Amino acid sequence: MKQKIGIITGLLIVWLALYSNLEVITDFLVYSVLQLERTSPLTSVIHFFIYEVPKVLLLLTLIVFFVGIIRSYFSPERTRTILGGKKLFAGNVLASLLGVVTPFCSCSAIPLFLGFVESGIPLGVTFSFLIAAPMINEVALVLLFGLFGWKTALLYMFTGLLIAIVSGYIIGRLKLERYVEDWVYQIKAGHNDLAEEQRTLSDRIDAGIESVKEIVAKVWVYIVVGIAIGAVVHGYVPEDFMASIMGKSAWWSVPVSVLIGIPMYSNAAGIIPIVQVLLEKGASLGTVLAFMMSVIGLSLPETIILKKVLKLPLIITFVSIVGTGIITVGYIFNFVF
Amino acid sequence: MVSVKVLGSGCAKCKTLNLKVQELVAKNNLSATVTKVEDIAEIMKYGILSTPGLVINEKVKSIGNIPKDEQILAWINEG
Repeated sequence: MKQKIGIITGLLIVWLALYSNLEVITDFLVYSVLQLERTSPLTSVIHFFIYEVPKVLLLLTLIVFFVGIIRSYFSPERTRTILGGKKLFAGNVLASLLGVVTPFCSCSAIPLFLGFVESGIPLGVTFSFLIAAPMINEVALVLLFGLFGWKTALLYMFTGLLIAIVSGYIIGRLKLERYVEDWVYQIKAGHNDLAEEQRTLSDRIDAGIESVKEIVAKVWVYIVVGIAIGAVVHGYVPEDFMASIMGKSAWWSVPVSVLIGIPMYSNAAGIIPIVQVLLEKGASLGTVLAFMMSVIGLSLPETIILKKVLKLPLIITFVSIVGTGIITVGYIFNFVF
Repeated sequence: MVSVKVLGSGCAKCKTLNLKVQELVAKNNLSATVTKVEDIAEIMKYGILSTPGLVINEKVKSIGNIPKDEQILAWINEG
């Protein structure tokens, strides 16, 4: 254990040294080693790429490690216990917050949904969880923070939470239980006591390392490709290119972005470097965030998975309420900034 | 004969875990039957909320992750 903490402290120091000197290292590589001309667009593309890729990967590794440790305290089983017996609204708030920290994969959406509903958690509260969990995740937050700063990351998190809370609350109020497939209520879930098992700090650090391996291995390609596309656009596409299509003056751009986003399926890592470029070339923040929320929060594949347990009217209600929430957030951002 | 069940329908990790357990059993000549449970009602009986689940002699051993080889072997040998 002591040895483990020692290694991690050492790695943190290396991390800090690298991260705080990235600019200097990039300048050295681009101007001294490669001897590229300072003013050419190609240099700007290469500089952007060499600087952004390690920066985002470094941030991702660090955050995923700590989030992995935090998540080891929140198994879905424990989250269910916490949510048991909670009323609407308070339950929606809690479920959305827990959605952020509970490990979740959309491939497990069905057992999770069944387990929640079976144990008596209200439908609306379950939905708050299912909306927040994919939309607000550590990968999205890290990338937003790294590329746009902490204000955008926080805004994304808060508006995402708001959408999850309000949408879940409305779904709860509409009393749509009859649109859940009938067999769902016949499920008899068993109990196992594995979830309450105590884990040591050393286990949790291992969990952090595991999630770094798993997530970084899964998303690094998206990040590199996304940043490469971003770098080229950064160097060659004129400023304000996107302004007329996705700028503030185009009022219809928010709903259109959301509609385009729904059938698209990508994880946050793939979509954010693209988002960065759209912003840089004159698209407005609200429009771009709405697009991003719609791509990662309202994806068609996930709704198809949910079709197994929900009847069509409930699916349509769910997509419309969340879609409306995202559009509203988009307009508010465009109005405020 | 130890009964080993891998719970999970679609997820990528579920397939990985199933293959891994099959391989471990074959390689070490263990007397165990490995079944993959894909029926959701059946899966829910074990009270798990994320997949894959690993069940050995009807006891849930792990949920939502792929345990290390040694750990799986130890569980099977105990069972």
